[in-house]
Amino acid sequence: MSQPYVAGCGVVSPAGWGLPAFRDALIRGEPLPAKDVTRPGTDRPMRIRSVPAPSPRPPFFAHPRLRRTSPIAQYAVAAALEALGPDAAAVSSGQASLGIVVCVMSACVIYSRRFYDETLKDPSTASPLVFPETVFNAPASHLAALLGSTGINYTIVGDPAAFLQGLALAADWLLSGRVESCLVVGAEEADWITSEAFNLFDRDVIMSEGGGAVYLRAESEGSRGVVLAKVTDPQPYTRQVSRRQAVERVRKQITNGSTQDLLCDSLHGVEAVDRAEEIVWHDWHGPRLSPRKIFGEGLMAGAAWQCVAAIDALMQGKCRTAIANVVGCNQEAIAAEFAVA
Amino acid sequence: MLFPISQHVGPPPRVVVTGAGVITSLGQGWKANAEGFREGRIAIRGITLFDPCRQRVKVAGEVDLPSALPPTLLEERDFRRMDRAAKMLILAAHEAWQQAGWEPSEDLPMVLGTTSGGMNLGQAFYRQAIESPQTRSGQPSRVLHYQAQRQALDVLDAFGFRGPVTIIGNACASGANAVGHAWELLRRGHAKRVLTGGYDALSELVFAGFDSLQALSPTRCRPFDANRDGLALGEGAAVLTLETLEHAQSRNAEILGEIVGYGAATDAHHLTQPHPQGDAAYASMRTACESARLAPEQIHYVNAHGTGTPLNDSAEAAAINRWGGARVTTLPVSSTKSSIGHLLGGAGAVEVVICLMALRDQFLPPTSSLEKADPLCSFPVISRPTEARVEYALTNSFGFGGANASLILRRWS
Repeated sequence: MSQPYVAGCGVVSPAGWGLPAFRDALIRGEPLPAKDVTRPGTDRPMRIRSVPAPSPRPPFFAHPRLRRTSPIAQYAVAAALEALGPDAAAVSSGQASLGIVVCVMSACVIYSRRFYDETLKDPSTASPLVFPETVFNAPASHLAALLGSTGINYTIVGDPAAFLQGLALAADWLLSGRVESCLVVGAEEADWITSEAFNLFDRDVIMSEGGGAVYLRAESEGSRGVVLAKVTDPQPYTRQVSRRQAVERVRKQITNGSTQDLLCDSLHGVEAVDRAEEIVWHDWHGPRLSPRKIFGEGLMAGAAWQCVAAIDALMQGKCRTAIANVVGCNQEAIAAEFAVA
Repeated sequence: MLFPISQHVGPPPRVVVTGAGVITSLGQGWKANAEGFREGRIAIRGITLFDPCRQRVKVAGEVDLPSALPPTLLEERDFRRMDRAAKMLILAAHEAWQQAGWEPSEDLPMVLGTTSGGMNLGQAFYRQAIESPQTRSGQPSRVLHYQAQRQALDVLDAFGFRGPVTIIGNACASGANAVGHAWELLRRGHAKRVLTGGYDALSELVFAGFDSLQALSPTRCRPFDANRDGLALGEGAAVLTLETLEHAQSRNAEILGEIVGYGAATDAHHLTQPHPQGDAAYASMRTACESARLAPEQIHYVNAHGTGTPLNDSAEAAAINRWGGARVTTLPVSSTKSSIGHLLGGAGAVEVVICLMALRDQFLPPTSSLEKADPLCSFPVISRPTEARVEYALTNSFGFGGANASLILRRWS
């Protein structure tokens, strides 16, 4: 095996729970409505695109580890279970070794804010149930517990580009025979504090939340499948290399595709944020999808949505090659190429 | 290209450590820490970083930070903007970089572990957002420098190199996972050298969190003691320069030790409590031994995770007893968290450096606060600094969420 196969994808987005709702929103191409959230201390609301309540309620919500957990863990688990499909049972019964890579940026921000708020008021009454849910790897831990997976499990922290590093890590584990299959999950939850932090840099960016999962396997089960063909070197933004230069370096590692090849970019529809990517990728000849314009800035979930959109287009026969190009918000740029095997 | 890479042909290369930087409450640098562990000193004291008066516990292993940045490509104003955690990371990286004599390049990967990045700046951001909602002064800088990837980029800027940055957030196993992942990158042929390490600073949020769980010792942190009643938190950082043996020898680098094994496993039992029999701890030690092609009989020292909480130490003792088999009754084990506290994301990397010290100086660093070993421990718990032959040392790191990691180091001679 030289290229891992994509055995499944899963999504939770402001369009709803599951790939069909995500796909429908992509086809419509209209930005999803944002809602106001209260920001304590001011009467100025903040705008976010949030995930609607699931209907019906997924059975895993009743699992002892997930009853009290934060939305990010629920999004991560839902996306992962959708991606795994029937293989979840094989993992749970110990028949398949599974690696787990969960990628986060702002991570468990709701419980972190709540716990620190309790600490400031009186640390002696701060909740011991909340604190463990604040750690970066809480979603990955809940996912492993639900699946009964005891294999290698990494939580990767970084800006959205780190999701593609997670894909490369999973591919490496598969190629080295360390695991038979691997889930790569990106998830985030929205909160007023994250919106406020981002709005300090650009008031037009609308934050969102959700999750996305890509399930990679070492072997293909079908005659036709999608493979992870390539992940470019991540290009960090440093004093020596600007964001635009980093995006240019990534572009050099991606061959100019045909007019049929799809580009899933990370454009927001906000000029100041998009400038470097717009300039460097302006000559892409094929079709483009910009999930963030529809779903908002979902950080790590947003990068996962780009990859799922690319894979889904390939699985539906809309193209032979699809690129997910992620220009991260404050760390690095990177791209991945998926192709029909 | 990050993927695919050209497949490495032949046996995986050996991986050696050519630089190690460390900062803990025992002091800044290898020398201060080696002396501290050789003397069995305990560096836990009253907290000054925040007001602990309403906390149940009021002590921790605080680091005395120097007032100035070591000479790097960063400027003084950069140092002022940094979180405490980033400063410790830069200090440790500077020591390792200098010791290794490395030059910057465009293809130098870095793998770091942390649990909370620049949490103190995150706290400051939140306090100002609540207390002065209309005031934005200083907030953009706090947002940027709070994030773990900014601290990583600070290291790149400080030493002028570039390459893939991976930040592992596997709770208290983060540092060990980072070193293990760096080791794997070299073994799989991704690079000839990797900068790696772990770091975390004390913060009010995290301290209150452990206190709320009643995981902190209200008396004295005594890992593996029959009367242990909790852990002490600490802070610090360790950074290692890893390279293939061939690369290190080609430039006549001084070799501090060799990393020969790594294992990782997940405990699905509970979010904060280990499986009572330490199943995942056992699995990570066994896997590390398999990757090193070593049997427990060949290990001369175990630097345990040994937090000092009743549940961790009993589970880890059960795992060591089971893994060690017949060897366990003579296998020296200690927890150096008795001296410096639990460094969370920094613990795994710092304890790798402590193992290097033990291997180089041929001594066993002690569990200095031990009074009476728990009878659950079938192994000798080292309670005072002891001269010993140490060829192989194994270090354990376990974390919330069931993250478990073990590393094995070999003496270089």
